Amino acid sequence: MVVTYIQGRSGWSRISLKEIWNYRELLFFLSWRDIKVRYKQTALGVAWAILQPLLTMAIFSIFFGRLAKVPSDGVPYPVFALTALAPWTFFANALAQSSNSVITNSSLVTKVFFPRLIIPMSAALAGIVDLVIALMLLVGALVVYRVPLTAGILLLPLVAVMAIAVALGAGFWLSALNVRYRDVRYALPFLVQIWMFLSPVAYSSSLVPGPWRTLYGLNPMSGVIEGFRHLLLGTQAVAPQHFVLSAVVAMALLISGAAYFCRTEKSFSDVI
Amino acid sequence: MPAAISVRNLSKCYRLHPSQGIYGYRSLRESIGAKASMLWKRNSTKQVPAAEFWALKDVSFEIQPGEVAGIIGGNGAGKSTLLKVLSRITSPTSGSAEIRGRVGSLLEVGTGFHPELSGRENVYLAGAILGMKKSEIDQRFDEIVAFAEVERFLDTPVKHYSSGMYMRLAFAVAAHLETEILLVDEVLAVGDAAFQQKCLRRMSDVATGGRTIMFVSHNMPAVLNICNRGVVLSRGTVEIDSDPDTAVATYLRGMSETTVTSLAGRGDRKGNGRLRFTNFRLLDASLKPVPCVRSGQQAVLGFEYEGNSRLSQVHVAIGLHGRYDEHLFHLATDTVESDFPALPRRGEILCVLPALPLQPGSYVFNLFCTVGGDIADWIQHAGRVEVEGGDFFGTGRLPPVQQGPFLVDHSWSFRAA
Repeated sequence: MVVTYIQGRSGWSRISLKEIWNYRELLFFLSWRDIKVRYKQTALGVAWAILQPLLTMAIFSIFFGRLAKVPSDGVPYPVFALTALAPWTFFANALAQSSNSVITNSSLVTKVFFPRLIIPMSAALAGIVDLVIALMLLVGALVVYRVPLTAGILLLPLVAVMAIAVALGAGFWLSALNVRYRDVRYALPFLVQIWMFLSPVAYSSSLVPGPWRTLYGLNPMSGVIEGFRHLLLGTQAVAPQHFVLSAVVAMALLISGAAYFCRTEKSFSDVI
Repeated sequence: MPAAISVRNLSKCYRLHPSQGIYGYRSLRESIGAKASMLWKRNSTKQVPAAEFWALKDVSFEIQPGEVAGIIGGNGAGKSTLLKVLSRITSPTSGSAEIRGRVGSLLEVGTGFHPELSGRENVYLAGAILGMKKSEIDQRFDEIVAFAEVERFLDTPVKHYSSGMYMRLAFAVAAHLETEILLVDEVLAVGDAAFQQKCLRRMSDVATGGRTIMFVSHNMPAVLNICNRGVVLSRGTVEIDSDPDTAVATYLRGMSETTVTSLAGRGDRKGNGRLRFTNFRLLDASLKPVPCVRSGQQAVLGFEYEGNSRLSQVHVAIGLHGRYDEHLFHLATDTVESDFPALPRRGEILCVLPALPLQPGSYVFNLFCTVGGDIADWIQHAGRVEVEGGDFFGTGRLPPVQQGPFLVDHSWSFRAA
């Protein structure tokens, strides 16, 4: 017999991983819904998952690669950019989707009970399909530019998990804040843009002056992107400690985001 | 056996900020500004007091396994808040509740439906949102589709469905939720009459299946028929917790305070005044004044009068009119028995209708009286009879109101040709 206790509580509460596990099918169904619906009634459909990073790569190659001659650690600039754009596009989309997820699912929040964390999680996880597609595109580009694949590619999922963790952590924070402060919706595009310039998407981390490197490593996406480049292109832009720092920050972001989310979720249905 | 649902001193308070509504939101700037000004004026004690609204206040009750409890009350009585707290959608301000068994809550038909997905996909999605496992949905899938009668359109996006089909499918998913405890809120208030009947039938099937149900409704016939327990909420507190009959009666009595219609001051009357009606009261079977009566229940029309002497040969007649002022029926002393041979100078004349055969609505009547063959008092539109939905047929169902104002007892049978 399942017994449910309902009591008014405030303050920090434990994140119930068990409850999320019990609702894993819902997590799956909601992600599946987002994936199914995303490209409905679009002429190009899932091709957008390829076009987004591809077009950005073209623009970057022209302006940063050709005109500004940004150094690319000895790798052809287009692959250099695409290697960063694959995880970055996933991250930017997942962050945007999950930040708005609780608001867009307000009818669920006010009518049904389930662990609320499922909502931003499903929104972020739905982006994984796009990430996989972008990675296949990336592998194609590597072949075209004759960049040899190494065994390092086997470690790629680990770095991808780190990207997911960053997206989830930031998504938890922003989606919870968004319920109370709709400002998030308007600040988000700027945040994503600034974050991109603070990440080595269009340039290499080796451009960052030595003393600032540690500070730079606090941006977990710098670790993710340099990780992708190191594993796929063999670049050595940052020291190994950089990855550890980024991983620690990613974990901290994930845990603090989930904790903040769980602290505020009790009032979601009252304020949304 | 421990209670299926036990609620102890449950309260829920919403704070109404002067600058924001109950659900109003603050912008980040305002919030930061407020925090900053708190730091600034640390010693200033002047704070804008937030108005409080107690949607629930000290609510306690227990519902035993297998009980079907109807929660009734006016708008803002706290019914929906109670269901939301018990469904864990919102958390209580104080107090606690304990629920033993898997809980399914249906607060709205069609929660989680996505217009772009097909009927089949929506069944799985909505089922998962309501807490069903995929294997459970697989098992009941055919049953759900058959109930909704949408077999042919299963693979069409639901945005192309008619609203009726959409509702049927949405309700079908919800209706097949097989949890030990069901919390249901006004789900039946949607769709056309035929669909509502179907939902209601399904509800009574579920109710007789031994599950614990909490049912919030404005539909009194449904409450009377389905529930074996009635809880009336009023301004966030439990007004009465009893059998459904008493609860519904309490609720209806509380709806309005005016139970006496004064006729003494009416100038628009005819007659010689040997008898004048002074008051009209609507009474229930126990002759208690009530604001309204229910279909199928005994209703008594009471007319207080004053005469200028002892009265003989008193004939009284009432003509009841419907919504469009059309004549519905005529009640007169001499058609059922005979006129009153003699009456004292003052008293109350009662007209008893054993089982009120009227649909819910508001009915006006004319009042007519002769004494000794001469018209003594005649008032057009003397008063109003308010009728609420009741269980006339003993099935919890009433025909659609637009089909006419009358309820006629009847039966159906069959014989071979």
